[in-house]
Amino acid sequence: MSKHTVTIEINGSSFTREVDSRLLLVHFLRENLQMTGTHIGCDTTHCGACTVLMDGRSIKTCTVYTVQANGKSLTTIEGLENGGKLHPLQEGFHEEHGLQCGFCTPGMIMRAVELLGKNPNPTEDEIRTGISGNLCRCTGYVNIVKSVQYAAEKMKAEVA
Amino acid sequence: MIPPPFEYLSPNQLSEAISLLQKHGEDAKILAGGHSLIPAMKLRFALPEYLIDIGGIEGMDYLREEGGQLRIGAMTRESSLEDSELISKKYPLLLDTVKMIADPQVRNLATVGGNLAHGDPANDHPATMIALRASVIAEGPNGSREIGIDDFFPDFFTTALETNEILTEIRISSPPPKSGGAYLKIERKVGDYAAAAVACQLNLNTAGSIEQIGIGLTNVGPTPIRATSAENLLRGKSPSDDLIKEAGLLAAGDSDPSDDLRGSAEYKKDLLCELTQRAIRISIERSERSG
Repeated sequence: MSKHTVTIEINGSSFTREVDSRLLLVHFLRENLQMTGTHIGCDTTHCGACTVLMDGRSIKTCTVYTVQANGKSLTTIEGLENGGKLHPLQEGFHEEHGLQCGFCTPGMIMRAVELLGKNPNPTEDEIRTGISGNLCRCTGYVNIVKSVQYAAEKMKAEVA
Repeated sequence: MIPPPFEYLSPNQLSEAISLLQKHGEDAKILAGGHSLIPAMKLRFALPEYLIDIGGIEGMDYLREEGGQLRIGAMTRESSLEDSELISKKYPLLLDTVKMIADPQVRNLATVGGNLAHGDPANDHPATMIALRASVIAEGPNGSREIGIDDFFPDFFTTALETNEILTEIRISSPPPKSGGAYLKIERKVGDYAAAAVACQLNLNTAGSIEQIGIGLTNVGPTPIRATSAENLLRGKSPSDDLIKEAGLLAAGDSDPSDDLRGSAEYKKDLLCELTQRAIRISIERSERSG
């Protein structure tokens, strides 16, 4: 099995590590870097709990080898809060009770970051389709949709 | 699940990737988006000794019209089709298809080339490309060759690619005026393979008759299937309700589904009959509306 040196930018800091070729990106984040905000749910590309942004696009880190992320830039849930101030999506999930057990939340939020970046004014249907790769077993999604809508409003107000 | 160990190779040039394939032969697999291969490795369905990652090769991710054709680089991510104005304006069948492939995060990494080269009859692009009468370009040690889509899927999980060839491009003739297409898929939930799906692409002549038509079927046989008898029935005809209904029955007859946890073979044939009719109707509507 080959070992490779990778350099990956995560939340603005550069990390260089030697990794096995078969190390999945989600394990790299959680076990090598102790960034446990990114969760492992199904481990089969279905549930979306392991979602992070890679070069601005939401991806499922259980289905990417760490070596594939060499030279790329990641944002994880740990990178959203800015100087003690929650990201509008984090605030939205708090205000609108968008979580119960919280397991799916980091993935939901990271997916919604890309969704709102591409479509700042989504309809309910567009939000539901947009998070169709993220599973929640608690909320029934109603409050998650509201949380994303809250964030969309807040982000529009911040831009205005 | 921890994937089995493998040697990771990341060439910067296509020629280097082909040399590596030549050197390692059957022991190597090409890693594109990885969204079929990595799950297969976790389950030990695939045990490659070498992975040749073509993600670092420049110039394999593009989408452009050239010489009367749409050309799609093999490493084009599915989400790029979704975001493309060209695709949403001129290739409704491709836009429909991409929206039904897995989920948004998967589409951000999964590639059009990978969807075809994997050779899975349950994947969505094979049927789409059959309906569009696409061809693929394969690059090997002796240069490149063009393979018609009807020759590309000879058997279950098998493609016409040689072990030392890489799929580099997909070519689709730009649709003539009054063209339209649609992809209809029944899936149990987002991200599941189709219980059955139908891709249709057609164009109308000035008299309103169907001039050219392609119908591809997903996950209802050991390979993706062209619904030849349904196509032959409709070609040159003015579409009527009776004719479209008969085409649905013929498409079901062209299929070869098996019973599985997505339903019985009989149920899947019923689905195909209905989905084919709907796909033809939507394609006609879209043709009438197109320039």
